Amino acid sequence: MKINNNQLLRFTTAGSVDDGKSTLIGRLLYDSKSIFEDQLDSVSKTSAKKGHNGVDLALFTDGLKDEREQGITIDVAYRYFTTPKRKFIIADTPGHIQYTRNMVTGASTANAAVILIDARHGVIEQTKRHSFIASLLNIPHLIVCVNKMDLVDYSEEVYNDIIAQFEEFSSKLITKDIRFIPISALLGDNVVNYSKNMEWYHEGTLLSVLENLHISSDINKIDARFPVQTVLRPQSEEFRDYRGYAGKIASGIYRVGDVVAVLPSGFQSKIKSINAGEKELEEAYAPMSVSITLEDDIDVSRGNMIVRKNNQPKMEQEFDVMLCWLANEAAKPRAKYTIVHTSHEERAIIKDVVYKMEINTFERDSEDSSLSMNDIARVKIRTTRRLMLDAYRDNRNTGSVILIDESTNETVAAGMVV
Amino acid sequence: MSKYYLNYLDELESEAIYILREVWAQFENPVILFSGGKDSILVTHLAKKAFYPSKIPFALMHVDTGHNFPETIQFRNDLVEKLSVKLIVGSVQESIDNGRVAEEKGKNATRNALQITTLLDAIEMNKIDCAIGGGRRDEEKARAKERFFSHRDDFGQWDPKNQRPELWNLLNGKHFDGEHFRAFPISNWTEMDVWNYIKRENIKIPSLYFAHEREVVFRSNSWIPVSEYLKLEESEQVEKKKIRFRTLGDITITGGIESQADDLDKIVQEVSAMRKTERGDRSDDKRSETAMEDRKKQGYF
Repeated sequence: MKINNNQLLRFTTAGSVDDGKSTLIGRLLYDSKSIFEDQLDSVSKTSAKKGHNGVDLALFTDGLKDEREQGITIDVAYRYFTTPKRKFIIADTPGHIQYTRNMVTGASTANAAVILIDARHGVIEQTKRHSFIASLLNIPHLIVCVNKMDLVDYSEEVYNDIIAQFEEFSSKLITKDIRFIPISALLGDNVVNYSKNMEWYHEGTLLSVLENLHISSDINKIDARFPVQTVLRPQSEEFRDYRGYAGKIASGIYRVGDVVAVLPSGFQSKIKSINAGEKELEEAYAPMSVSITLEDDIDVSRGNMIVRKNNQPKMEQEFDVMLCWLANEAAKPRAKYTIVHTSHEERAIIKDVVYKMEINTFERDSEDSSLSMNDIARVKIRTTRRLMLDAYRDNRNTGSVILIDESTNETVAAGMVV
Repeated sequence: MSKYYLNYLDELESEAIYILREVWAQFENPVILFSGGKDSILVTHLAKKAFYPSKIPFALMHVDTGHNFPETIQFRNDLVEKLSVKLIVGSVQESIDNGRVAEEKGKNATRNALQITTLLDAIEMNKIDCAIGGGRRDEEKARAKERFFSHRDDFGQWDPKNQRPELWNLLNGKHFDGEHFRAFPISNWTEMDVWNYIKRENIKIPSLYFAHEREVVFRSNSWIPVSEYLKLEESEQVEKKKIRFRTLGDITITGGIESQADDLDKIVQEVSAMRKTERGDRSDDKRSETAMEDRKKQGYF
């Protein structure tokens, strides 16, 4: 078997404002030698101007004028680094007041979430909140970094105590893979290089954990789902009758000859060919972008889904989602929104708020039915026509929706099908 | 099952193709912003793959500063002919002649900022609702904040504090009349990824990217090519050096680097050992800490 050392891993970071997220990312970039000289120059100058001792690693990530002036991160930014083992994309999310909205944005495509805890403060509400959101978003891997170990004398006891605190509440999370690492982002202990100050810890630096996470099974390879983005009809001499259905495989595997059904019509056919550019393929799998042709000339258009005949999603017009409200303006009761699910669009109303989630305590409040920014609630949605849905827990691509306010065109909510 | 995963280049390719197809499906009149540089060539190559066997359904739009490397124009024309796509040219010279913009004065004058007006005029005149660009988040700190689908108001402005959240791969391109979007399908690629992919796919690029003997002067810490647009200072000496360019922009501000890399293998090797960012030699970015952010807010791509 070919050993793959060229995979792409996407991760997000979470923590309170002063937990040292930007410093950690700066440290990862700096110690993995992903910082260029001119970037270092510019950050050194700014650090000196601000009167910092040495290079302020946090300055590598704050890109906007207002961010550097105020020393806060305003919006999600993306960072990149590569090691001989993997390529990494970091969704650098702000930890301040808009936490839920930003975390949801950064986390939606992440393989892993790195959650920072300040060793001096232990598990706080924010830790629980972030872990809960990461779990709700079904991020497959959770890495809990106990940061600022330098400020607690690198104490093993403090570290073990924090793990115990975390495990007390984490039994309620659905995430199966949770790791713990004691670090100092500021000084570089256990980030890229092993710490000489914590010889009691042997389970891998943050970078080595990130390099070795098993992510091949993060994508659902069982349920074949192919949402059609657009239809290719070249009508050239050579391809007169060609009708290719272009899209990105959301999950599963497709092979030439597979008996498939086209939803919502339910018409059946067989896969005649699969193309990736000019290349003809025998089989294709998620997350490949391909185009598929069918044996029979049936009506297929954007928003349809090609699935295996004997493995189909639910077709529903009314369903429950865990909704995260993202907009400044609160939800209007029974207002109509555009709902987007894969390449399919319908109109929808929020019929009912079943309960609101108190994410500090995981308690459910079924009295309050308002939805304002950063709220997470289980709601009933009704759409004009049926959607082809999987549960988010089984399939992040076909179990997720967004709501768009038709009067502003803004994306106002993110939903995960229950 | 373990063989069913993609390597990172295939995953980036697949993501970019997905975004290009979304642009086509969600917008009425999208174009590819084509500068003749490697990133826009890459985007055009990806578009070809995304719509095969149909031809690329986008026109190419070139914002021509009038200060071009002659080779870039030749390359552009050949590509347009080969792909049989429409070419739209927005001319900065015309904007100057019409009085829409005034040429900068002084030694470091460039036409870089003037492109904004020409670009926005061309978008408006041609009723373009989405301009696809080869911008990458690793290029510059303000670009790191960019979304795949980036909303611009009816003045063409970017508001970094009010961007639409992008969740999963659900892209919201809804807009009102007069507004438009910029789409960045290769957001997640780094300079290294671009070179590795160009090499893997054997994509044709202008020979300016390969090291050759060229006439240059040393200015602002890099080698600026001698051209009819360059006004030499008395203290400046024209030298012959083996030079290649990491980025191609306006000829007056694009600095070359001394290099022996005259094929793709050598370029990949050289880039992987680089200790300076690609835009480190672009004087337009050095004008202030927030040069790119300020230009982007005004409508720069």
